[in-house]
Order: sequence, then C-alpha cells, then structure tokens
Amino acid sequence: MTPEHSTALATPEDEMLHPVLDPGIEEHVERYSDADAAVGDRAYKQVVLCFGLVPVLAIAFVVVYFAVPADFTARLLGVNWHVHSTLLGLTGGLAVLLVGIGAIHWARQLMNDTEIAEERHAASSSDEEKNGFVEKLNAGIADAGVHRRGLLVSSLGGALGILAVPAVVTLADLGPWPTAAVRRETIEKTIWADGVRVVNDNNWLPLKASDLEIGQLVNAEPENLRELHGAAYHNAKAKAALIVVRMDPNSIRIPESRRDWQIGGILAYSKICTHVGCPISLWEQQTHHLLCPCHQSTFDLGNSGVVVFGPAARALPQLPLRMDAQGYLVAQSDFTVPVGPSFFERDSRNDFKDGDQ
Amino acid sequence: MMAKPAATAEQAEVLETHAPAPAGPVKKLGGPAIWFDERIGLAKLGKASLRKVFPDHWSFLLGEIALYSFIVLLLTGLFLTIWFKPSMGEVEYHGSYQLMRGLAMSQAFESTLQISFDVRGGMLVRQIHHWAAILFMAAMTAHMLRVFFTGAFRKPRELNWLIGVGLLSLGMIAGMTGYSLPDDLLSGTGLRFTDGAIRAVPIVGTWVEFFIFDGEFPGDAIIARFYMAHILLLPAILLGLIAAHMALVVYHKHTQFPGPGRTEKNVVGYPLFPVYAAKAGGFFFIVFGVLILMGATMSINQVWLYGPYNPAQVTAGSQPDWYMGWVEGAVRIMPGWESHWGPTTWSWNVFVPFAILMGIFYTALGIWPFVESWLTGDKRPHHILDRPRNAPTRTALGVAGMTFYGLLWAGGGNDILATQFSLSLNSVTWFLRFAVFVGPVIAFLVTKRMCLSLQRADRERVLHGSESGILVRSQIGGYSEPHVPISVDEAFTLTQHRQYTPLEATPTEDEHGVKLKGPGTVSGLRAKLSAWYSGYDVAKPTAAQIAESHHHGDEDTPALPH
Amino acid sequence: MRSGSSRRRHKAARPFAVALALVLMGALYAVLSPATQVAADTGMSAQVAEGKGLFQVTCSSCHGLNGEGSSQGPSLIGVGAASVDFQMSTNRMPMARPGQQAPRRPVTYTAEEIAAIAAFVQSLGPGPAIPPSSAYDASNLDAEAIARGGELFRSNCSACHQAAASGGALPNGKYAPSLHGVEPLHIYEAMRTGPQQMPVFSAGAIPDEDVASIIGYLKELEQQPSAGFSLGGLGPVTEGFFGWVVGIGGLCLVAVWIASRGARAK
Repeated sequence: MTPEHSTALATPEDEMLHPVLDPGIEEHVERYSDADAAVGDRAYKQVVLCFGLVPVLAIAFVVVYFAVPADFTARLLGVNWHVHSTLLGLTGGLAVLLVGIGAIHWARQLMNDTEIAEERHAASSSDEEKNGFVEKLNAGIADAGVHRRGLLVSSLGGALGILAVPAVVTLADLGPWPTAAVRRETIEKTIWADGVRVVNDNNWLPLKASDLEIGQLVNAEPENLRELHGAAYHNAKAKAALIVVRMDPNSIRIPESRRDWQIGGILAYSKICTHVGCPISLWEQQTHHLLCPCHQSTFDLGNSGVVVFGPAARALPQLPLRMDAQGYLVAQSDFTVPVGPSFFERDSRNDFKDGDQ
Repeated sequence: MMAKPAATAEQAEVLETHAPAPAGPVKKLGGPAIWFDERIGLAKLGKASLRKVFPDHWSFLLGEIALYSFIVLLLTGLFLTIWFKPSMGEVEYHGSYQLMRGLAMSQAFESTLQISFDVRGGMLVRQIHHWAAILFMAAMTAHMLRVFFTGAFRKPRELNWLIGVGLLSLGMIAGMTGYSLPDDLLSGTGLRFTDGAIRAVPIVGTWVEFFIFDGEFPGDAIIARFYMAHILLLPAILLGLIAAHMALVVYHKHTQFPGPGRTEKNVVGYPLFPVYAAKAGGFFFIVFGVLILMGATMSINQVWLYGPYNPAQVTAGSQPDWYMGWVEGAVRIMPGWESHWGPTTWSWNVFVPFAILMGIFYTALGIWPFVESWLTGDKRPHHILDRPRNAPTRTALGVAGMTFYGLLWAGGGNDILATQFSLSLNSVTWFLRFAVFVGPVIAFLVTKRMCLSLQRADRERVLHGSESGILVRSQIGGYSEPHVPISVDEAFTLTQHRQYTPLEATPTEDEHGVKLKGPGTVSGLRAKLSAWYSGYDVAKPTAAQIAESHHHGDEDTPALPH
Repeated sequence: MRSGSSRRRHKAARPFAVALALVLMGALYAVLSPATQVAADTGMSAQVAEGKGLFQVTCSSCHGLNGEGSSQGPSLIGVGAASVDFQMSTNRMPMARPGQQAPRRPVTYTAEEIAAIAAFVQSLGPGPAIPPSSAYDASNLDAEAIARGGELFRSNCSACHQAAASGGALPNGKYAPSLHGVEPLHIYEAMRTGPQQMPVFSAGAIPDEDVASIIGYLKELEQQPSAGFSLGGLGPVTEGFFGWVVGIGGLCLVAVWIASRGARAK
C-alpha cells in the first residue's frame, strides 16, 4: 500500500449511512505477468510484435495506393469489391488498430497496475476565496465609479443591446420575403397553363390519350419545363411533376365538378405529396391507391386523390386535362390549389374533400 | 525525456532544481522541456496532471468513443473538403463512373462522385467519415444513457449534462447538414422533408423556409449554406463545447462506481501517466482502426446508386440516418391532422411530431437533473455513482423513455420492417400509434418492479449470504442448501447507498395565517411527487439487523467475516 | 384504413377493367406488332390444343375452363401471351395459395408447357405477345444510353423497387419485389402487362429502346463495384443497425477488455 491509498472513513455520518463500514481499498493482487517472468516476457514480445507489424502494414498501404489500379474489381463472398479502397482500408485500418492493441496490452500486462486513490476537492470555493472575490469586485466597482454615476452601466447596456438590431437586420436578405405577392408567384403557382402539353419525364414524349392503357401510370412533366435550366428548372419541376393514370371510368368516382377534367378515365394528379413534398408514384393499379415512400401517406386516385391512410391531411391536387386537336393530352389550366406541403398562409378551404361534388 | 515512463508517483513530483535529484531514468528536465518550462511553466502543469487518477470501468469509455469519432470526423472531413465543391451549379458528368455518363447534375454531386471514383482513397475516406458520424451519434447516445442511469448528472455535474445535451442536439444537426451535402437523390429527399417540416411551423414557417433556402425549394443556395454550417459553424461550436465538457470532467474528477475504499472524497483508479494515457490513447487508435475497417468492408451511402437529385424522383426506403429515425418515425405514425382556420393552415401532422416533439425531448433531457433534485430535495454533491436498481423510479423513467424512443425508431423504418418481416405496412403503423403510448407505461412498471426485486435480493444477500450450491442431507433426511457469507467488500458495496425519505409537506400558513413560501417549504404536490419518486425503496439492512443475523446461530445466516 | 366500399368497388371493377383492357390492348397491338400476331399455322394450333389441356388442369380452377375468370381469379381473355409467360416463368402462377400477392418462386413448368398455355391464352383474345429478344436487347447500348436508362429507372421504377433495385413496401402487406437477377424478358413483360399491382408502362410513354436502356442499366448495376458488403442495400436503416451492432457493440467489447483486470496470480 502506498501513502496515496485512503483508509476507511468512520465519521458519525458515515456510520449512520453505512451499515457495513467501508473496509478500504481491496488489497492489490499480483498479475501472472508480474508473478511469472515468462508470462511477462511473452506479453512484452506480443506488444513489440504489434508495434513491429505497423511499419509492414504502412508499407503495404503505400504499395496498394500506387500499385493497385483504382478501377480494379474482384468478386469475393458475393461482393464485387472495389479492391483499391478495400485494401487501403484493411492495411491502414489494421496498422492503426495494432498501435492501439499494443498500447493497451502494454498497459494491462506490463505497466504497474496498483490502483491509487486521489483526494477530491469541493467544486465550490472556500469562504476565504469568496470573500476575497467580493472584495476585489467591490474595489473594481469603486474604481469604475459606477455607484456615483449610475447611468454609466445602464447606458452601456442599452448601447450594447441595441447593436443586436443592426446585426439581425443584416440578415434580412437571407432570402426573398414571402409576402402574399411573392407567394402567388412562387409556392402557389406552377408552370402548368392552358394548352401546355403533358410529356413523359426524361424522354419528353408527348402523351396521346389513345396510347394509354387501363392500369397505366405515366410520370409526366409539362412540355414547357424543357425551356428551363438550373435552379429555375428544379424549382419548376419540384412543383409541376405530374402522375397520369388511366383507370376504368366505371370503377372510379368522378365528382360532377371534375367530369370534364379527365378523358375516358385518364386523370392527372400532382406528384408532390401534400404532407412534406416527396414525389409519389407507388401506384397500385388494382386498388388505385398511391403510396408515398417517405411517410406512407396513401391517396385514392379513383376518388379525386383523397387521403386513405397516413399522415397527409389533404387530397392530392388534380390537374384538369383535355385533348388537343392532334389527340395529345394538354392541361386546361394550372392546378386550382397550391401543390405540395402545407404552409401557414395557405388557404386550404378549396381543396377537395371526400364527398365533394 | 517524456518518452520514458517514470516508475512511481513520487519521482514525477519533485522537479525543483534545488531539490535532490530524483531517483529514476530522468534526472532533471533539460532541452526543449526547459525551454518550454521557462515560457509556460511546463513542469508545474505536468506535476499537477501527470498522475491524475482516472477510475477504470468499461462504460466510462463510451464518451471516449464519441470523442474519438469526432476527431476522426475532423480528420476525414478535412480530406473531403479538398475535393468537394459545395455548388448547385449544373454540369454534365464525364467522370469515370459509367452509369452517370452524360447526366446533368450539380457540382456538389459531381465532386462527390469524383471523390468516390477518381481520387485514390477517396471512397475509403468518404465511408470512414460517414461511419464515424453514425458512431459519433451512437456513442454520444450510449454515453448519455450511462450517465443517466448511474446518476452521474447530479450535483456538481448538471452543467456538464447540459453541455452534453447541447452536443447531442448539435451533433444531430451537423449530421443532417452533412447528409444533405452530396446532393444525391437520398440527400435531396431529406432536404425536401426538411423544407416541408420547416414550412409547417405556424406563422413563421414560410419565412424561415424562404430565409434558409433563399426562396423556394430547392433553389441554388442550400448546399453552399449547409456546407458553411457543416464544416465551419457546427464543428467550431462542437469543438468549444467538447473542450468545456472535458475541462469540467478534469475539474470535477471522474465519478466512480461504489466499492470498498471508494468514497465521496476520493477517486480510485490508475494515474493518467502512464496507465490511463496508454489505455485512452490506445483506445483512440482502436476506435480509429475499427472505423477504417468498417469503411473498408461495409459500404455506406452509395450515392451513385441514388443518382443526382431530381425533385420528381424518389426511392423506396428513403430514410434519414439513424439519429433522425425517431423523429421520422413520429412523422410517419402521426395521423393526418390539420386545421384550416380562415385562410390559414395549421399543419399539426408535421409540426407536432417534428418541432414540438424535438422541443419537448431536449427540454426534458435538459431539465431532468434539476427536476430530480427538486423531487428528492437532495442538494449534496455526488461522486459515487448509483447502481440503477437503487434509483428505481429514475431507472424506470429512463427505460420508459428508451421504449418510447425505440418504438418511434421502429416507426422510422416501418417500410423496412414490413418488407423484411413480411408484415403489413399499415398494421405496423397502426400498432405503433398505440404502442408509443402504452409501451412506455408497461416498460416503466416492469422496470420499477425489477429494480425493487433486485433491491430485495441485495438485502437478502447481505443478511443471509449467497447460495453455496451444495445440498446437505440432514440426519432425518431433509435437504437444505447452506449459504456462504459474502465478503465484507461486497457487503459494503451493496449497502453504501443513500436511501431517500420522501419530502413531507410543510404547513402552508404560519400561526398568524400568513402564507409561507420560498426556500425550505414543500408544497403538497411536491410531497406527493416526492413520495412517488422515492417512496418505494426496499429498506437496506441496518447495522443492527446485520448484527442480529450474526448472532442468530442459524446455519443459513452466517456472520460477515471481519 | 381502406374502406369497405372501395374494396367492393375494386372487385366489381375487375371485369370492366379487363374488358376495356382487352379492347384497348387488342387495338394497340393490331397496329404496333402485326408480325407477332401471325400464328395461324397447323403446328401452332396443336400447341394451342396442348395448352388448352394444360390450362384446364393447372389454371381453370381459378380462371375458369376457358379463361373467363371466376370469383377466385380474373378473366384471362386478352391478357396476352406475355402475361402468361411472365407469371408462369417466374412461377408466380399457379399460385400456391390465395393471398395478397403471388411471390416469385423457382420455376416448375417446362418452357414448352408455358409456351403452350401462353399460346392458348393468346388464342382467347389478342393481348401483348411474347416479345422477340431484339425488343429489349441491351447489349449494344453505349454508356450514355445506359445512364439515361438509370434516369428512367429512377423516374419510373425506384419509387417502388428502390434505387438499388432491392425492392420496397406497398400498402397492406404487399411489396414491390427485388429486381436482382430478373431476366430481361421478364422485366420487359412486366412493364408491358402490369402484373398484380404494378402499373402498365406502355410503349406510348416508354418505347422499346427506353425499356432496353432500363434493362441495360439494371444489368450494369449488378456489375458495379461495391466498397464493402452492401448490408442488404436497404439504405440508412440497415446502416444505422450495423453502426450500432458492429461499431458500438464491437467497441464495447474492446472497452470491457481495456477495463477488465485480467488474470491474477491468486
């Protein structure tokens, strides 16, 4: 036992608290590696071996880096390995790991493992320190002259406080202000308009009503999207994306007000979920249900897009369709309500509700 | 001189030049050490800290995993910034990944592909960085649970608990901003969700959305803005908080589990130099090594499979990283409630499970140390940890919280659960809608019962010893199992804890009918809550009871050896 | 959540849907692929006769003696040979037991038997025929075409089948299957016929060369290097799971080793 060891405490409070008195730190028991020199030597060799392998692995790492082509692949255990990356990781990772294993093995087997105790000190200051602090504080306050000229502190406080205002104001240009006029031109509007052709996404094929089969789903876009680029393209696409489906008109409910929004069971809905805006196209052609893969809101496209399951609250906006002279699908107008997720200023009184005519 | 281990504590302590030369390999400071000592007082610093004691327990290393993951994040993140281009400017891809040839994409995604396929080692470093992020959050969570269940947050460590809560929440934001940077389909879908969640906040939502995204979603500013937050703002704050967290650990000295010789006034363990330095330093290399091996053998976030972000595309199994999973789950199982009052929309279905839930969760975590102290009336400092069974209500609350979190977590992967275990997506969701309320209550009751049973078992063990495993047949043919006494060390460990007496309500008025308030008074409500919190403990044996069991003379109740 | 009324509606809808599909597909195929319809030689009618015999043993208990359908299964008039080929070559049909969804299983019928039944069903009413391999041949595509196939895949398919084609969940216990190792022919047939809940992707929106691009992309995807085990290719959920189990789990074992006191001399 070294002097650093504490012995059992036996203050009156401890006796109250402890029905069994503190027997003090348990006696140190030697390790095999202390008691048996051979065991100690073996541990010593193991530690040195760990450290000794590190340079070997480091060289292997460098060899892999330069010698293995970055696009070399090999199949093993069902994985088509990106060999360069994997070998770099295996050599480098093992090297780093061995440094750690060696160090800990050293600590556990060879370093003195006698536990020692250290005294704790209260986190708080002593009364003497507290008084000294107050004394110095008072001296400083007296030096500053604030108790005779009281406005010094309050005016400084006010001055510093008001500086927050210009600091905050400089952030006013973080983005455009979503005033009613701005909202009307942005989040409440898409590029769909009367006569805009419905085209298939990616290949831009215009859709002919007669080409669509019952049970068909088309991921569509407005043809005028093609004229846009960069952020304008993405912003427009994030609202205008469309799903066109064809269902047997006799198997679905088409309300009176939307009778002329469709052609023989061909209906178009916004692809943007009314919950938080994921694009939805998991459509079950037999149930007519459309599922959002993000949060599983489910909409019934055979019933004007009303919600049948999940966290979404509003029906999917439907786009009024008609056929142009050549038989292609075109929009009659923009969506009649804003598409996408809810926002505070959204007037949601005109959305379709189950049972509306 | 630093490289050679000093043999004993005494040697490192005597460094003044006029003192007799210490016995050991290092006779006196010299060379660079003297140069530094003359400028920054190196020897004073070393004397104070070299033999600082750290207690040894595996669970004390959870926080270290978090710290080391963070260092790995900084190192690998530095490497990634060399090539990553935080721009949403559109380019046509002509790099070496064949399946994207000719596609339009942002520079951010193009440079992510470049790092993965054209920069040697880039793929590995990207994967290490992502695994380190996952491990960072996981280790912080596990560390927080350890601190909670052992009561390590109690006075004087409440501030460090608050810093920890700050680290956890900022770590989550750091992870989320990093997840968004590659601008692949998955990260864009995550941003889409973020946008929807922000704009659902009543009154200010649209404004915050426009200010964060510089207008509509997706715009062309968000990647650059998140990049600034991810590589500058958040790491700087995290680094500062981690430094403060560590400084407080050093100042308070580490807590320790109860045991013989472990008191509130000492800390028992190994000295920083050399044992703890070797163990902690070695553990850094092990954490780093494990992360590299994970990066080498386990693929993560293969952005090239997801493709560049396109607001009209989505993939099944779109999920956030695990630490956002519980919020995601809450959003998924929330019913579609929305109020349309006049020309306004109040989107409870998003606002409640996102902003409100996170607000309540982090607030509850933050105020817990103060709530507990209010419930027990305990204002003493604590350095000896609780065994979880000895704080049954706290332990039960913790398990209830974990159950709540875990069920929401399952909700975040309800589609994966449905496909992997052949369940119905809708049934999983409906089950969770009820289970998140019922499950925690059951977990609370069961855990509390278990804790009290364990307390009872401890009491029995102290009074009657442990079962010997030997069956003895008596002369008349009866069988019995004699008990063997437990060691005094164990008996002390099982009985050293403090048991609270619930607070009693103080009179609300004094004899003159004047209302009493302020410090020292206990309201009826507080007394009731206090009784609920600490009124069920199985009383630990008193010294008299133990002494009585000595003298009982019964074979089953042996005396404690002294 | 699904209401009783919608379930009734969906059942009543089937005959109508099939009838309309029959007319529409028939009309479409009369225009698009007249060559594949020429099948009136004597060998074929023998095949049809053989197919009829097999059909009545294998399929008729649900689909009716002449494929007219019953309460157990839909009418097969006009679904076409492609549909039969897809369903039977993946052994989704005949179904082992009635359920939400017929899973893919190892095939038990010979190619000749399937061809005979397909020919018989095709003779009931014209529908999509089994396409020649030239319709979906992806072997000569350049890198740009395959990359475009990826874009089409992500726009039309990944929402259900997942970006790495590992499959995903559908409502009420149904699922979109994984596409790993699926024959190009079956991908083509599935897109054109819309089996079970899958929608139809007709040539009007996605012409044959685009289907070939998608198939080319899927086949290339299986050849791509992976920087490690794919962990199921399911994304962040499994990544988080392995992060906890391997990362925290493994490092906790190390931590126990570090803090353990090791073997003592007594």
